[in-house]
Amino acid sequence: MSMMRELYTQVIMDHYQRPRNRGELENADIEEHLLNPLCGDEVTVYAAFDGDRVADVKFGGRGCSISQASASMMTERLMGKSREEAEKEISGFKAMMVGEKEFPEMDDLAALKGVIQYPSRIKCATLAWTAFRQGLQIESRE
Amino acid sequence: MYDVEEIRHDFPILEREVNGKPLVYLDNAATSQNPRQVIQTLTDYYERHNANVHRGVHRLAEEATVAYEDSRERVARFLGAPDSRGLIFTRGTTESINLVAHAWGRKNLREGDEVVLTEAEHHSNLVPWQLAARETGARLRFMPILDDGTLDMEEAERLIGPRTKLVSVIHASNVLGTINPVERLAELGRRAGALMLVDGAQSGPHLPVDIKALGCDFFACSGHKMLGPTGVGVLWGKPELLEQMDPFLGGGEMIREVHLDHSTWNDLPYKFEAGTMNIAQAIGLGAAVDYLDELGMENIREHEKQLGAYAYRRLSKIENLVLYGPDEDRTGLVSFSLPDVHPHDLSQLMDEEGIAIRSGHHCCQPLMRRLGVAATARASFYLYNTEEEVDALVEALVRAREFFGAFVR
Repeated sequence: MSMMRELYTQVIMDHYQRPRNRGELENADIEEHLLNPLCGDEVTVYAAFDGDRVADVKFGGRGCSISQASASMMTERLMGKSREEAEKEISGFKAMMVGEKEFPEMDDLAALKGVIQYPSRIKCATLAWTAFRQGLQIESRE
Repeated sequence: MYDVEEIRHDFPILEREVNGKPLVYLDNAATSQNPRQVIQTLTDYYERHNANVHRGVHRLAEEATVAYEDSRERVARFLGAPDSRGLIFTRGTTESINLVAHAWGRKNLREGDEVVLTEAEHHSNLVPWQLAARETGARLRFMPILDDGTLDMEEAERLIGPRTKLVSVIHASNVLGTINPVERLAELGRRAGALMLVDGAQSGPHLPVDIKALGCDFFACSGHKMLGPTGVGVLWGKPELLEQMDPFLGGGEMIREVHLDHSTWNDLPYKFEAGTMNIAQAIGLGAAVDYLDELGMENIREHEKQLGAYAYRRLSKIENLVLYGPDEDRTGLVSFSLPDVHPHDLSQLMDEEGIAIRSGHHCCQPLMRRLGVAATARASFYLYNTEEEVDALVEALVRAREFFGAFVR
């Protein structure tokens, strides 16, 4: 299972087994539920803002190791960011997942690089990020 | 009984390797592989006979028409249809059911009428009825499934009543492997004055089907799940019903006389075959049913029954593995899940070993909810699969669990 080592790295499995910021947030400014219609996986992303900064972010739902690990990494990545910075992070991550941008070295996100080789799994990796972006868009309209 | 090792040579794709391992193809409920005989029929058609059917008077058009109509006869005979006039070529099961929902449902359903389905329908036998119900005001009722994956017949008898206009049921479940008692349901429907549609997507390829014996009014199945090409399927309907129905699609071939303000319809089955059909594919389906006939559907059923039971037995010995569906009287497919390993991850790890299985909701989201899971993994067998392939699956599953388990400290 050598190729699998590239996909299921220690970092991914660590986030999968011990997800960061898993749970719910009451009175969140963002609460966005998203379903991956291809596989039935679902994610709910919560975020609370303090002014323009993400004060807290959590995720819930169920899914494969890739979708859960990626959601976990996202929460770490977006904590403390401004809305604009968060939007930039999401665009940047999506660009990485379609090979248009380099993954940052020495960062947990780099562990998701292997997913690019499996086009059917890219949606798993981007699910929570897409939910967060949708949440941002809805929030800005309100 | 046929020799599995020998017939495997008929399927060129089975010689393929994936990730340096021999392909173990266990996703037959999604689509089956094509024997050389079907591929050759398609090639011959394109190299020698390609023409539009029922139109030209030149040689190629005659040959194509004869081959196309000959295929219709063979498919009708294969399914035990009493009459090939009611045998309509479609794009597949989904289109077949949509045809009935449109051409029969929208014309005949009224507010207060009921269409009775099961909780385990594929989306293709659910969504078309949701659309028809929304337009007509008819109501959908669902026969529940019991915890062992079989249909709750007591509830079925209660639900099928005077308001029922149609009972539409999946013959063999693509998730649970359950074979539903469609003959009995057709009888209950008949007594209530309702019609019966059988979704045969998973039975046509795997069970000896005799439409006459089923006693149904409509039967739908897909060519690509029964060794045929993609893009062709079948709807059989009772000719007297089809005649009363409005056309599904309008255009060439389905008409008799066209004026600027109105038209009249062609005879059956052409009334429902508008435009240029998937001619090569329909002819290829004829070659596929010939192949199945030659092996014998009883033999194929027996082979898959044994293989399915073998897989069920071996999988049930894997610690903590959950199997779905009844433990007997099932088709040759098994749905399962392993705690701690998501089905997606599981099928990725199987792919690494050259094993093709399916993971996900299998187009049965309501059934997944009933089972309380988001997704399952599924291995589905066909006439060319072997016990060695089941062994390969089981061994790979054990390794996958060890791989994931290694991360749990």
